[in-house]
Amino acid sequence: MSVLAYGVAGWLLLVGLWGIVNSRNLVHQVICVSVVQAATYVLLVAVGYRAGAVAPVFAGVRVGTVAVDPVVQALCLTDVVVGTTVTALLLALVVQWHKRTGSLDPDQLTGRDESD
Amino acid sequence: MTRRTRQRLFLAAAAVVAAVLAGGLAGLPSFGHATAQDGRILDAVSVPERHITDVVTAVNFDYRGVDTMGEEFIFFAAVAGVILLLGAQPDEAPGHVADAATGRWVPPTSDAVRVLGLALVGPTVLFALYVIAHGHLTPGGGFQGGVVLATAVLLVYLAGEYQHLHGLYPDRAIEGVEAFGAAGYVVIGLAGLALSGSFLANWAPLGTVGHLNSAGSVPLLNVVVGAEIAAGFVLLLSAFLHQTLILRRARAAPGAGR
Amino acid sequence: MTAFVALALVLVAVVGTLVVVIQDPLRQALTVSLFGILLGILFFAVQAPDVALSEIVVGAVALPLMILLALAKIRGGTR
Repeated sequence: MSVLAYGVAGWLLLVGLWGIVNSRNLVHQVICVSVVQAATYVLLVAVGYRAGAVAPVFAGVRVGTVAVDPVVQALCLTDVVVGTTVTALLLALVVQWHKRTGSLDPDQLTGRDESD
Repeated sequence: MTRRTRQRLFLAAAAVVAAVLAGGLAGLPSFGHATAQDGRILDAVSVPERHITDVVTAVNFDYRGVDTMGEEFIFFAAVAGVILLLGAQPDEAPGHVADAATGRWVPPTSDAVRVLGLALVGPTVLFALYVIAHGHLTPGGGFQGGVVLATAVLLVYLAGEYQHLHGLYPDRAIEGVEAFGAAGYVVIGLAGLALSGSFLANWAPLGTVGHLNSAGSVPLLNVVVGAEIAAGFVLLLSAFLHQTLILRRARAAPGAGR
Repeated sequence: MTAFVALALVLVAVVGTLVVVIQDPLRQALTVSLFGILLGILFFAVQAPDVALSEIVVGAVALPLMILLALAKIRGGTR
């Protein structure tokens, strides 16, 4: 089970990186960045999980019931917010880049013409 | 380098990264048996100490309130950046509203979408305010409620036209709300400094556990964060929509490739 | 319970791979919305309701919205 949980996080990281490296479209690249960020969410939340525990909300639950770790969840919340803002900025950059140059090819960002 | 070379290089590097990751992840506690003690302590201590039942909100706004302040200002700066990037550039001028995907006939919004969208606006706003207000009692809080509130504004756009959205509020007012949210966080923190000796200390009366006005300054922080996030997302939406539907190139930019 | 968590993890991995494999940004926008919802379900299964709420509102609403608006501007072409 640990292998599955942490493995999914590692897999998402590597798959997202593969998408970034291999992309032919700037918008596709930006979305792959958000997949890489999702890998960190999964890892953070997986680290804090306790089997058979309740959520760290004690409204109506007796204080002292075993709950999962709330600190990593707080970290993950901040992570989600920052991920959204990064994606918004990247998309705005992509829109302006497309307006100036008319192309969405990442290879043309370097100014060199790539041919396979 | 060619695409193939880049792919092979990536695969080699990914193999190394995967090996390092596997070594590192193997050292983590087994899934389902978290060992970190500070979480356990906070679970036990949040309700008696701060009268907050949602411990994640307690960590975010009370025990680690400074981190959330940083997160709010990252969001604020990003919204400012997007508005700058998508605002009118020197060679652009506002035109009349049009669907930017030219050559396509856009059907007028169907009555079903209109009715459903408008009918959902009220419950969505109510739900958003509920999530913001109950952040310290049940899962939720300023950020989640703020985004749902922005979704309510989006529903107005979906149900109607861009003019309806634009006529709903003046841009200055929304910018003011966002600034109020960001500054409000700092002001509440400074009040904590003045009244309790440390920045972002919980200074308001703690109240009874489970009541809406419990947990001291945390509900206040939830409200300002909710206001800032909602206004920020509405500004983001407006910036993208303005860029897409309104701004037109007045003349070709020099050197633009078409 | 553990089976549900395992299923959610597998689905997240599969749909995450799909998001990367799909090249057309428009299709990707809808897949990433599904990815956000599945992540939200995973977070609920792992007893993290706050994070699940955030991920659902962000990943299923705000993120696809921004992608679609950016695409609308890009496809509108330069004029």
